[in-house]
Amino acid sequence: MPEPLLEVKDLRVHFPTDDGIVKAVDGLSFTMAAGETLGIVGESGSGKSVSFLTVMGLINKKSAIVEGQVLFQGQDLVQMSNDELREIRGPKIAMIFQDPMTSLHPFYKVGDQIAEMILAHEDISKKEAFVRSVEMLRRVNIPQPDERARQYPHEFSGGMRQRAMIAMALSLNPDLLIADEPTTALDVTVQAQILDLIDRLQSEFNTAVALITHDLGVVAEHCHHIQVMYAGKIVEEGTAEDIYYRPMMPYTWGLLRSLPRLGHDTDRLTPISGAPPSLIFLPDGCSFSPRCPYVFDECHAVEPELLPIDGHHAARCHLSLEDRERIVAQEILATS
Amino acid sequence: MLRYIIRRVLWAILVLLIVVFITYMIFFLLPSGDPAVRLAGKNQTPQLLEQIRQQFGLNHPWYIQYLLFLKHAVIGDQYGWPGLGLSFISKVPLKGIIFSRIAVTAQLAVGAAIVWLIVGISVGILSALRPHTVGDRTAMGLAVLAISMPVFFLGPLALYIFWFKLGWLPGTGYYSLGQYGFGTWFSHWILPWVVLAVLYAAFYARLSRSNLMETMSEDYIRTARAKGLTEKRVVLKHGLRAGLTPIVTVFGLDLAALLGGAIITESIFNLPGIGQLTVQAVGGQDLNTIAVITLVAAVFVVVANLVVDVLYAFLDPRVRFE
Repeated sequence: MPEPLLEVKDLRVHFPTDDGIVKAVDGLSFTMAAGETLGIVGESGSGKSVSFLTVMGLINKKSAIVEGQVLFQGQDLVQMSNDELREIRGPKIAMIFQDPMTSLHPFYKVGDQIAEMILAHEDISKKEAFVRSVEMLRRVNIPQPDERARQYPHEFSGGMRQRAMIAMALSLNPDLLIADEPTTALDVTVQAQILDLIDRLQSEFNTAVALITHDLGVVAEHCHHIQVMYAGKIVEEGTAEDIYYRPMMPYTWGLLRSLPRLGHDTDRLTPISGAPPSLIFLPDGCSFSPRCPYVFDECHAVEPELLPIDGHHAARCHLSLEDRERIVAQEILATS
Repeated sequence: MLRYIIRRVLWAILVLLIVVFITYMIFFLLPSGDPAVRLAGKNQTPQLLEQIRQQFGLNHPWYIQYLLFLKHAVIGDQYGWPGLGLSFISKVPLKGIIFSRIAVTAQLAVGAAIVWLIVGISVGILSALRPHTVGDRTAMGLAVLAISMPVFFLGPLALYIFWFKLGWLPGTGYYSLGQYGFGTWFSHWILPWVVLAVLYAAFYARLSRSNLMETMSEDYIRTARAKGLTEKRVVLKHGLRAGLTPIVTVFGLDLAALLGGAIITESIFNLPGIGQLTVQAVGGQDLNTIAVITLVAAVFVVVANLVVDVLYAFLDPRVRFE
């Protein structure tokens, strides 16, 4: 097996607050291969954004305690100084964010904002950088890129701004693109266009993509691997096939059941009962136990390990494999 | 853009007309006796009163006087342009008086503005970049103290300490640059500038701190960092530009209000500016002078508003296209 592009080992990101320590990410480990698309799914507050902001070094080190390793091409990003990280951000790892309406600076022209990123890392003239930013806007299918590059963000629609963000992120041909809920703030029709664009550019640029989302439907179509996160930990991981057709963790079941599906005659979606746990006072045992319909004594006492099921498929759950397979066959796949 | 400016200018003129109209109504319709009788002094004869009424235009109804006032202001009178008429008390043309007074007030206001901009904004920026540190807390604590110290308290206190007790700085009075040279001029201005600037500096420090802190938590600042820009560039180019732009609005109006007369500071430091003139004019019921001062103050505020609006459109592209 070749050296992975990104290897996160037992990452912990804790924020001390007046009320206690918020364990936003609590023992996260995973690897990403070059060119791979990884989907990270979870509710708000499950730690999915924080873990990748930590990868980028965008967590305020004064307000957070970061432990563990983030090995990117063999270098530990957690130990790097700000200046070293700055060299990584852009040419190696780029990031696009949830809300394209607020992610671009309102006072500067879109083309200049893209050119600024190129100029920060390459020794070329402003004019050349601007020409390249126009070229990038063309590659993300923005019509009349010459004109558009000279416009301000507020003259762009939401979908166009996200395209511009993608153009910026890919302008230095990074090895890893982190897309933090890139379509959450957009119309459904535009969402599909943006995801298709990311797909296409990924193969053109051969960039690995970490797609963070709360929408299982989005990741199924676009990702090789999927990680389901809950309360700062991975609770299940596997291929899209594993997660969809052989989910082995009650939280994943809940996510699947709360998805609307075509062709099924269900009047109501089934929500996951309860609320995500406080990240300060995590429940003993399994974090999901207070909301789990299949909970039994052991769940409250012992935290389940992330145990392999087969291949890359792994899940955290105390239920026996036979029980889970029975529940999946009888309840989850049948009703959802 | 040009249409926007023209529309704003027309608005400004309308506002000025209304301001002067209201001033006239108040000072003529409020029962303050016959101004001619007050002006005539002890040996009043009907002929003298008539002559005074002729001279000051008091024989017309107030609305005609208002229109005459406007006419003279726009096209000038026998004392030149703009025609501001005579002071009812000193009976000399107001034009020269007003302009010399504006010159003094302008020196006070502009000097103080430079002090408070430099001190206020730099303290605000430093605090915003290191929030909740000892330095930030000390600076903001002092700012609260400064905001709660009025000029009529701070002025005499500063004079007592730095002039009377320590003798480091000269006392009150106005010493013009042309007549007394730079050293005397400058040293006499230090206390008025600083005393007037203290409250504004404190206010601007708090304002720029909160604006900048809010800006630094914006999504586009995170984007700028994600681009791999240096922290210096993130702060200077992305943070300050957006964080300090709103200060332009406040500054324009603050400066304009001061140009209309810093009454208390001018009185304490015995500076012959617009503010001091206002006190004298109101005390002597010098109607024409009051009207002219009101007009001058209104012109400053209206023009500042206009400049701020146009400047803001240049600074913030989102305003430009609305």
